[in-house]
Amino acid sequence: MPRHVVAREGEIPDGGRKIVEVDGRSIGIFRVAGDYYALLNRCPHQAAPLCEGRLWSGMTVSDRPGAYANRADVPIVSCIWHGWEFDLRTGQSLCEPQRLRVRTYDVFLEGEMDGQSEAGHEAVAPEQSLVATTFPVESDGQWIVIDVDRRPAISGTPRRDR
Amino acid sequence: MIETASRPPSDASAPSTIKLVDADVHAVVPSTEALFPYLSGHWREHVQATMFKGPVENSYPRFAPTTWRPGTETSGSAPAGSDLGALQRDVLDADGVDVAILCCTYQIDSLHNPDAAVAFSQATNDWLVAEWLDRDPRLRAGIVVPIQLPELAAREIDRVGGHPGFVQVALPARTTFPLGNRIHAPIWEAIARNHLVGAIHFGGAPGTPPTPSGWSSYYFEEYVGMAHVVQSQVVSLITEGVFDLHPDVRVAVLESGFTWIGPFLWRFDKEWRNLRRLVPWVRRAPSEYVRDHLRFTIQPLDAPASDAHFLEAIDQIGSDNVLMYASDYPHRHVSSPARLLDLVTPGLAERIRSGNARDLYGLH
Repeated sequence: MPRHVVAREGEIPDGGRKIVEVDGRSIGIFRVAGDYYALLNRCPHQAAPLCEGRLWSGMTVSDRPGAYANRADVPIVSCIWHGWEFDLRTGQSLCEPQRLRVRTYDVFLEGEMDGQSEAGHEAVAPEQSLVATTFPVESDGQWIVIDVDRRPAISGTPRRDR
Repeated sequence: MIETASRPPSDASAPSTIKLVDADVHAVVPSTEALFPYLSGHWREHVQATMFKGPVENSYPRFAPTTWRPGTETSGSAPAGSDLGALQRDVLDADGVDVAILCCTYQIDSLHNPDAAVAFSQATNDWLVAEWLDRDPRLRAGIVVPIQLPELAAREIDRVGGHPGFVQVALPARTTFPLGNRIHAPIWEAIARNHLVGAIHFGGAPGTPPTPSGWSSYYFEEYVGMAHVVQSQVVSLITEGVFDLHPDVRVAVLESGFTWIGPFLWRFDKEWRNLRRLVPWVRRAPSEYVRDHLRFTIQPLDAPASDAHFLEAIDQIGSDNVLMYASDYPHRHVSSPARLLDLVTPGLAERIRSGNARDLYGLH
């Protein structure tokens, strides 16, 4: 069972993160509004440590020029190098959601096996080299566990800036 | 607020009789007196009594080698581009042009007297109708507006926008505020409600420096630098959401080159990925807005020497629907449009000669 304990419950404060090494992979565990998300710490753009980037309170959206709104239900991390924004739930890039994704992983609290994994995180993007990884996370109320059974989709060399 | 698709192309089953559209020819107001029939008694007397010259700023120095091509001289003291007969002889008949779009760059934007600016823009548009549009059915034109007075510019667009000869609104590349700035909102609203095209043309005399980096010393710098001025306008239009507010509006970029479009879009798209959060109403890559909403005339043709490189530059634009044939008469350019038209596929050549302009201007 490729499940790995990565943290104690309560260790990661809300709005915080912990970056762990699992099977040689660097993975960021985020806690947002009580929910956990796990994301491969590798930007599909140029392989930067994506999970060291800024965690935003939500996705900035607009319905007309000059109007700003915050979708707090869409947790966003922006890459530490170039600021590209990714949806923590799905790993999708906000700019090119059809072709640019970070792989996410399911995160479970032990005893809540359904966790907060997102359906569709195995979806194949047109260009594999632009996809990164999410993992399932679970907790038993004491330990935070991630499931790396679903192998990261990415392989090969990072794509150069386009 | 969702973007609509580009206007549908013409019905392919009924080939248009319009085979060649010249999307950029110039109509030059030869003198203030030429507008007398279209100015009120007040303004005629004002001009005569005060020696007021009207707009005297000129983005095209009268005898600069780029301003006129050999053979376009008109009789007497009139500048090249001011004579319909010469245009008919040199372009419409000579090149077999089915439709030509007149761009008058009379620099109303240089007038600080708002009443004069309105009076001279009205007179210029009435002059365009009476002395050009009504005299040759092949001609269309852009409305000349006092852009420094956006509400009054909108009123002028509403006044003459219903004339079938007016297909666009002429907007100078140089402005006090970029064209997408909200100060220009009334102009874009008027363009949209009159179903016109916005046409950004070379030049402009707002009184601000002629390049984005300040006051240049030589006309040569201004002339080369106009491409950068236009690029900043394209950034403004998309960033300020003109096409999100007005999904049906299209913009023709005249006489500003086009081989820079590909690399420009690389940068525009790349920085949007970084900074999208600052302008969240821009919901698609800027290159998509450009391909859907902007059209560029092909003269001046700033082409590399190698045909292979030239084809790459065209390919980098990423769409067959962006370029429009233009002679830029009477201005002189050393490159012939024939090189481009002979180099590209027959299908793309047809889009450039007439297809893209037909779709943009609704020509049938």
